[in-house]
Amino acid sequence: MALNAYITEEVIESDSEGPLSGTTVAVKDNISTEGVRTTCGSAMLAEYVPPYDATVVKRLKEAGATIPGKTNMDEFGMGTTTETSHFGATENPVDPGRVPGGSSGGSAAAVAAGETDYALGTDTGGSIRCPAAFCGVVGIKPTYGLVSRYGVVAYANSLEQVGPIAPTVEEAAELLEVIAGPDERDATTRDATEENGEGAYDYAAAADGDVDGLDIGVPTELLDGADERVTDVFWDAIDDLESRGASYHEVDLECLRYAVEAYYVTAMSEASSNLARFDGVRYGQSGGYDGNWNETFARAREDGFGEEVKSRILLGTYALSAGYHDKYYKKAQDARAWIKRDINDALEGADVLASPTMPVPPMEMGESLSDPLTMYLADANTTPVNLANVPAISVPAGETDGGLPVGLQLVGPAFGEKDIIRAGSALA
Amino acid sequence: MSFVILETVIYRHGDRNPYSRAGVSPSMTDGNGATESDVRHVAELARIDLSEDEVERFAEQFGDILEHFEALEEVPEVEREPELVNVMRADEERTSLSQEDALANAPETEDGKFKGPRVG
Repeated sequence: MALNAYITEEVIESDSEGPLSGTTVAVKDNISTEGVRTTCGSAMLAEYVPPYDATVVKRLKEAGATIPGKTNMDEFGMGTTTETSHFGATENPVDPGRVPGGSSGGSAAAVAAGETDYALGTDTGGSIRCPAAFCGVVGIKPTYGLVSRYGVVAYANSLEQVGPIAPTVEEAAELLEVIAGPDERDATTRDATEENGEGAYDYAAAADGDVDGLDIGVPTELLDGADERVTDVFWDAIDDLESRGASYHEVDLECLRYAVEAYYVTAMSEASSNLARFDGVRYGQSGGYDGNWNETFARAREDGFGEEVKSRILLGTYALSAGYHDKYYKKAQDARAWIKRDINDALEGADVLASPTMPVPPMEMGESLSDPLTMYLADANTTPVNLANVPAISVPAGETDGGLPVGLQLVGPAFGEKDIIRAGSALA
Repeated sequence: MSFVILETVIYRHGDRNPYSRAGVSPSMTDGNGATESDVRHVAELARIDLSEDEVERFAEQFGDILEHFEALEEVPEVEREPELVNVMRADEERTSLSQEDALANAPETEDGKFKGPRVG
């Protein structure tokens, strides 16, 4: 059965020689590629052809990579299963009939199926780590500001980062080396050498598997509600790390109980503002309606957006509207500050924090679409990382008895990519 | 007659949603959750038409989702570090998209400008 991992299979060749020469890197379809359509998985942008490359795409080309195509995704990144794509769902290559995770499901599925060597995804609340976990591959959500977002179609700017997906930690680290670094076109980027000095970007060398003396914090809140099939595999992986010289202690982070709510209020609010630009006049489908502009735009947006996108724009509009801003948006920012502070404090007493990446194994197709709240709750373990601006990696920890992949998430301090790469490379 | 958009407004992160100024919304969590008229009202603020089916489904889902979000009321006020600074570049001319490239994705253009819907 076809995976449907790609929305557009159009090869973009590089004319440079570099560390990625002779390799393929698939690119998520919300990352602009000059001359090759970039749909964000939406009917709104089905015909949109960017006139310029995203900075990360420019860096892939300069590094010699061939881009085999643009990968499928939840519409505008809004989903945990890749089922909200206008271009149809993607199959999980490990177990067809199940979802590959999302929103970067096409990227993870293409890597897991061997259709590409590496892939780029974007991660706003877990969209790289979730599909990496569900497809049994490696995914890294970098520190906020490590990788340029120039040319990435915005969903929730204060949360999202571009990151690598690859079969092994070392390969993911190689790709991160290529895309990381400041960019004058994205004012939120920072130079890691200012934090970590010379060699700050030598990520691949950190994948040496040495966990002797590693101190792992395990936030109990992230295991409480998790499926037993997942926690069994998680503890086996922790035992494995212990047998190689690591130690672990449990930490209690009450703030994490509010992460899903804080994430969705923040992301929906930002989305309601970001997606206001799609009116079908400058780009996107217009429907060709005439008349009062408020009405014609509303009809174009009804045609162009799928149901989950409409739902999030409406909830975000509501959360920011007069009378509700303090109740939802402001409290979500308090929760974000609390989560950030307590995660940073926990990382003073541990080298990395570990949890299952997803509290459940990959869902069956069709299970989540009618029940968005249940789908949102599956993001409980990934969203705190985006809210805290810190980096995290998902590495394959093993499989359930039924053969379903389970991912282990390792969280490090801001610009501590090497810490999570080193620890993760002991497992994959 | 037709209108031509001369300027575009880009809403940046940190701006309040421009549509939110349009008016106060009714509460969707009092009593029996969101009503269909609540959903229609917010959809109007967001400039999105909805089918009857969507209005019905959203009314059902939004009550549950917003009730869940209300857990945020338990969050204590937390001191936030003022870590954001404006990053400005020198206001110097530099290469940008050509007019032709900038207009290439517009469904309709006229005399090198974006063309909006015909009014009336």
